[in-house]
Amino acid sequence: MLELIVISTLNGVLFGMLLFLMASGLTVIFSMLGVLNFAHASFYMLGAFFGFQVSRWFGFWPALLIAPLLAGALGAGVERFGLRRVHRNGHVAELLFTFGLAFVIEELVQIIWGKSPVDFRIPALLDFPAFTIFSTNYPAYKMFMLLVSIAIFVGLLLVLKKTRIGLIVQAALTHPHMVGHLGHNVGRIFMLVFGVGTALAAVAGVIAGPALVTQSNMAGLLGPILFVVVVVGGLGSLPGAFVASLLIGLVQTFAVSMNGSLSGAFGPLSPAYASSWLADIWGVTIAQVAPIVPYVLLVLILIFRPMGLLGTRDT
Amino acid sequence: MRKLVIAAAFALPMFGGAAMAQETVKIGYIDPLSGGGASVGEVGLKTFQFLADELNAKGGIQGKKVEIVPFDNKTNPQESLIQAQKAIDSGVRFLTQGNGSSVAGALSDFVTKYNERNPGKEVLYFNYAAVDPVLTNAKCSFWHFRWDANSDIKMEALTNYMKTVPSIKNVYLINQDYSFGESVRSSAKAMLAAKRPDIKIVGDELHPLLKITDFAPYIAKIKASGADTVVTGNWGQDFALLLKAAADAGLKVNWYTYYAGGTGGPTAVKQANLNHQVFQVGEGIPNLDHPSSQEFEKAIRAKYDFSLFYPRAVNEMRMLAAAADKAKSIDPIKVALALEGMEVEVFDGGKGNMRKDDHQFFQPIYISSLGDRTEKEPFDEEKTGWGWKLVAKIDTPATVLPTTCKMERPN
Repeated sequence: MLELIVISTLNGVLFGMLLFLMASGLTVIFSMLGVLNFAHASFYMLGAFFGFQVSRWFGFWPALLIAPLLAGALGAGVERFGLRRVHRNGHVAELLFTFGLAFVIEELVQIIWGKSPVDFRIPALLDFPAFTIFSTNYPAYKMFMLLVSIAIFVGLLLVLKKTRIGLIVQAALTHPHMVGHLGHNVGRIFMLVFGVGTALAAVAGVIAGPALVTQSNMAGLLGPILFVVVVVGGLGSLPGAFVASLLIGLVQTFAVSMNGSLSGAFGPLSPAYASSWLADIWGVTIAQVAPIVPYVLLVLILIFRPMGLLGTRDT
Repeated sequence: MRKLVIAAAFALPMFGGAAMAQETVKIGYIDPLSGGGASVGEVGLKTFQFLADELNAKGGIQGKKVEIVPFDNKTNPQESLIQAQKAIDSGVRFLTQGNGSSVAGALSDFVTKYNERNPGKEVLYFNYAAVDPVLTNAKCSFWHFRWDANSDIKMEALTNYMKTVPSIKNVYLINQDYSFGESVRSSAKAMLAAKRPDIKIVGDELHPLLKITDFAPYIAKIKASGADTVVTGNWGQDFALLLKAAADAGLKVNWYTYYAGGTGGPTAVKQANLNHQVFQVGEGIPNLDHPSSQEFEKAIRAKYDFSLFYPRAVNEMRMLAAAADKAKSIDPIKVALALEGMEVEVFDGGKGNMRKDDHQFFQPIYISSLGDRTEKEPFDEEKTGWGWKLVAKIDTPATVLPTTCKMERPN
């Protein structure tokens, strides 16, 4: 039992940190530009595919640097030449723009790299078990993923709270006009933030690609859960996104490891109902419904605490 | 005038297409070519194209060229029906599909209804891999033919072997959460309880179909359960990723599987270093002492980068040609009637027959394990150096199970 708890905690934290890498960019973009970027997970996918391609040419480590830069540049371009023009037509137009962009990116990826998974391998340097706990090996690469995520979280917090750029960004969040009057180029700040946000998603893509599956549907698999993270954490709150990412990572991992069901808790259903629809619900285990638990959380949060766990304003 | 020219420019190729359709036998291949099932879907498509080339080299079916037309269903039943309609509209009279019993159920239903409403334009549905027993039992259809052994036949064979292995004590079941996974787990439980009551089922898991990218939480659970053996019907990436996670965590158990040989499976088994610890039940392996199938294996490997995973597809295509020859027609009803009860020499040797009562094909079944090879096993899998070794063979008569099918036949 203890074994399961320890391993599940490790797995949950890891998944949570990966979610955070993506959600951090999404939430910063939302709080600054007021744009809920539907194409965010697509930049995660682009990061994975760029990483795959670059690692073919130059190896994994250069890819870890180059792929996010490429994706970030692309993101900045999207803001400069796409979103900024669409912005004039209001939020709905922006939303639809990013929504469409997600499909365009998916199709492009399919055209270039095909629809089946590509062979994106873990670098040989990290392909060994880091440590063994309760006779279960913990791969070094997963440890590496964890460290990168934590490093980026700390770095991001420091930049936002302690540097001049961070101060300007924060000011631009609440008082864009004032910041503009003070002589800062608000447009450029927005572009920078969008670029950095998408680059963060791409970092997540490069490090998750080899560990999970690099495939043209990977954005679709992780996209919806990102919005859960951002809403649960509180739209625009970085610490909120951090807490929510960990929470969802842990909840989902632990739900998988639980076997409880209604029939386990209250005893078997009386034979009279054995073949009715009730029997299905009665017998379903928590592990089976694990994938929808985060969405239940989303619904509950929206009903009872619309500003999210650490958010300051209503959605 | 200009409009007329444009209209003609569009319309003429269409007429051309219709005229061409009579020269070819089109087979609509409806399977995932994107999403989580794409890796298996693409291998299936190439296999069928290879088989079509084989038939065409011998003059096609009834002198007509065979063409495989791919349709991407994303492993989704709803999407499959749209694609099936699209296929039929483009002149396809034979559909084939294999991945996902949920898809197969929907397709079988669709084809049956379509044929009721469109007499004279019947369509046949050839199922090469969807193994939910219900398709040839309670929900059987005259228009559906299945070349793969259904899940119960496979589990019967697998458990007959498992009962002879005394080291099996604690079994963990992990399957995909849909009709097929459900049938694997329930038949495994029932058959193990009957054949080896001393075996304990220490876990019984259903997980979402083709949606999991990291199986680490499931592996942690298997490990904690103390299982020495895992039984799984997982296919495609759900098998490859499951084994990948097992390799990462260093889980050492024996695996009894339906589809370990699918794309990515052998690579993951080698990574996990499970030498002859992963077993598969199926209708054939490359390393059988059978010259004609080994020749075929060499040819398909020379052309594509994979081994033959679907001997059943070979049986399907060759029997389609044989049935058309017997009926002297490619009319779907006549082909269907010719297929009923047809007896053939199957791809890997031995007799096979298409049972008239339920359109289930019966054939010899093999249990094999993946690992180091001797000189008797010439072929390896996915360049791992490891290959399939024959463990047990079950002859056709021993695989026959009763059916509850009450088939409605066309008048």
